[in-house]
Amino acid sequence: MKLRYVVPGDDLSFAGRASAEVKRALGRLGVDPSVVKRAAVCMYEAEMNMIIHGGGGVAEADVEQDRVRIILEDRGPGIPNLELAMREGYSTAPSWIREMGFGAGMGLPNIQRNADDLSIESKVDEGTRVTIIIKLSDPPAEQP
Amino acid sequence: MTVAQITETLDGTLLVGQELLGLEIRSACGADLMSDVMAFVKENVVLLTGLVNPQAIRTADLMDIKVIVFVRGKTPPKDMLDEAAANGQAVIATKHTMFVSCGKLWEAGLRSGGTR
Repeated sequence: MKLRYVVPGDDLSFAGRASAEVKRALGRLGVDPSVVKRAAVCMYEAEMNMIIHGGGGVAEADVEQDRVRIILEDRGPGIPNLELAMREGYSTAPSWIREMGFGAGMGLPNIQRNADDLSIESKVDEGTRVTIIIKLSDPPAEQP
Repeated sequence: MTVAQITETLDGTLLVGQELLGLEIRSACGADLMSDVMAFVKENVVLLTGLVNPQAIRTADLMDIKVIVFVRGKTPPKDMLDEAAANGQAVIATKHTMFVSCGKLWEAGLRSGGTR
């Protein structure tokens, strides 16, 4: 099963809707609730990042036999320093995003904490592609 | 502590979720930062927040949080309440501040922090 969403970058009323729909779809498929929650958290954080930094983009969730593959792709400014971006507490988000409860530098670390595999391809001035793998049969990722 | 007891303890108003009044809640989490909610919240919590925007409702939904308390006298607009109702969530508004709200719930016996 493949789900695809165009996430607008200029209408925050849509922020989080794709993630909520994927969460419900996984629930309907009978996926373990703890796995569903990890997938939802990863996708929601990545979706917010795509809106905040990437100007929107395309989000896909592909449910395979043993895993969920979530891909979010934008044509935004890219991430100049990925190592820095992965650091908990590091943020380049504007203050109005913080007023929405995000932008505190927790997004990518939260994704890494919940995903079984995370890969980020980013080129400055070209865009960013985030690929998240959540295994369906394994126990949840270890918490810090 | 039930949703009804939480509402009473906080001198609050239940805005949606009448059917959840008897739901038993074991812990509470006070946060305005939704990434913290996603990083640290356990099961079966009431979320107390001063953040009145759809992300509070959506973050709670993603984390299977059934009860949201908006503190400091903030009342969410109708579209947020409709979204919460569609998610099967209860929404309570209280005039108390975050600090006082958390203190009142603690004093009433809700003492688990709601985070891991």
